[in-house]
Amino acid sequence: MSTPPSDSAMRRIQCRAITKTVASLFQDACIHLPPDVIASLKRAGRSEKSPLGKQTIKSILNNIAVAGDYLLPVCQDTGTAVVFLELGQDVHITGGDLAAAINQGVKKGYAEGYLRKSMVHRPFSARKNTGDNTPAVIHTEIVPGNRLRICVLPKGGGAENCSRLTVMSPSLGHEGILEYVLNLVDECGSNACPPLILGIGIGGTTEQTMLLAKKALLRKTGSHNSDPEIKELEKRILADVNMLGIGPMGYGGSVTALAAHIEVFPSHIASMPVAVNMQCWCSRHKEAVL
Amino acid sequence: MRIKRIALPISEKDIRSLKCGDSVLLTGSMLTARDASHKRITEALAAGIDLPFDPDGQTIYYTGPTPARPGHIVGSAGPTTSSRMDKYTPLLLKHGLKCMIGKGRRSAAVKKRMLKSHAVYLAAVGGAGALLSRSIKKIEPVAYPELGAEAVYRLEVEDFPAVVINDIYGGDLYDSGQAAHRRA
Repeated sequence: MSTPPSDSAMRRIQCRAITKTVASLFQDACIHLPPDVIASLKRAGRSEKSPLGKQTIKSILNNIAVAGDYLLPVCQDTGTAVVFLELGQDVHITGGDLAAAINQGVKKGYAEGYLRKSMVHRPFSARKNTGDNTPAVIHTEIVPGNRLRICVLPKGGGAENCSRLTVMSPSLGHEGILEYVLNLVDECGSNACPPLILGIGIGGTTEQTMLLAKKALLRKTGSHNSDPEIKELEKRILADVNMLGIGPMGYGGSVTALAAHIEVFPSHIASMPVAVNMQCWCSRHKEAVL
Repeated sequence: MRIKRIALPISEKDIRSLKCGDSVLLTGSMLTARDASHKRITEALAAGIDLPFDPDGQTIYYTGPTPARPGHIVGSAGPTTSSRMDKYTPLLLKHGLKCMIGKGRRSAAVKKRMLKSHAVYLAAVGGAGALLSRSIKKIEPVAYPELGAEAVYRLEVEDFPAVVINDIYGGDLYDSGQAAHRRA
């Protein structure tokens, strides 16, 4: 009997396995929402005060069921293909190029899953569709071990268009962050398809802050940061956002957001960057470990 | 909650009967168009070229569906954000457009022109593309097939659910709905 390889032994992972995994993850993500998102929507339907808001959440839940029954994408905007990789430092990728393998997986998944191809070349002028939803946006982190974790997040345009980043004076603290998030949600209102999930990044450098905000969307909906101070800020932001009255799809109501997830990184003594990555209720993400 | 059944193309009488916040079920024909096709339509009108369809009295649904699976007539087909069409909308209203379906707020210029044209703006539930596609009974290409999901199609719909956002009396559900529930 052979013993399973230890976590530190070098492992080979074939590019074709990566392509196959990425293809099936995108199809799965676009058709089946994570159970925590569905549970959170069900809770929202019970707590929503407005009759039209309740009816809207009922339609959303009905839509999720129809998508599963007919293998249709939950939303027609099957997004930019965002891929998060946690690549073990003892993994050796063989049989090709890692980025090419992922893009091949996106191409395959979007074609075979009848998903919409929404990427355009030259976004500032010709805006010609790339035809296969590539290129993927790939974020890679090297971690200990000999596994490859692949997490896909098809990101829709409506909500992504409402995402923002700022660098505020450190003196503004909690109040500054709260005011920034509230103003942003109030401004984008119905465009981002509420009830929303708010991914919030605080600290780091500007590019890292937005990445923290996006990664915060991968958490279980409504889970809290383990740091008690951050957890309190998450609760406060959620409560205050839900006082805005925007409600499901902006028709007015008590549930404007399902959750606020904050991720934090230390920052420079002069800075307090804050980013909000807006997520519509259709929070799609799936992962696999090779 | 009372639901009004509306036949498309929409009649003047039905337009007058709609108030912001009403839930409606639409049956009949509508056109699809989004960013790229609106740009083409506007360019054609500006150049004095005849459009492949007449917007007069029509309904435009802002959507770009997913490709149909074999055995299906259409994929998911939910609404996209309407504000991106605001730049092009007053011209279409001038050419007789009567009803638009999308999601999210319209600009002041669009709302002003809608009042003048007696046109209404409705929203469908954003993200509910699978559910909404079940109301689509027929789809045929009308113009700009090279734009793929962004081409203009004619849809035949049955009991397509929507909510009235802007009526012809100046009502705006995004304003009144939020105002009624705002606590801060």
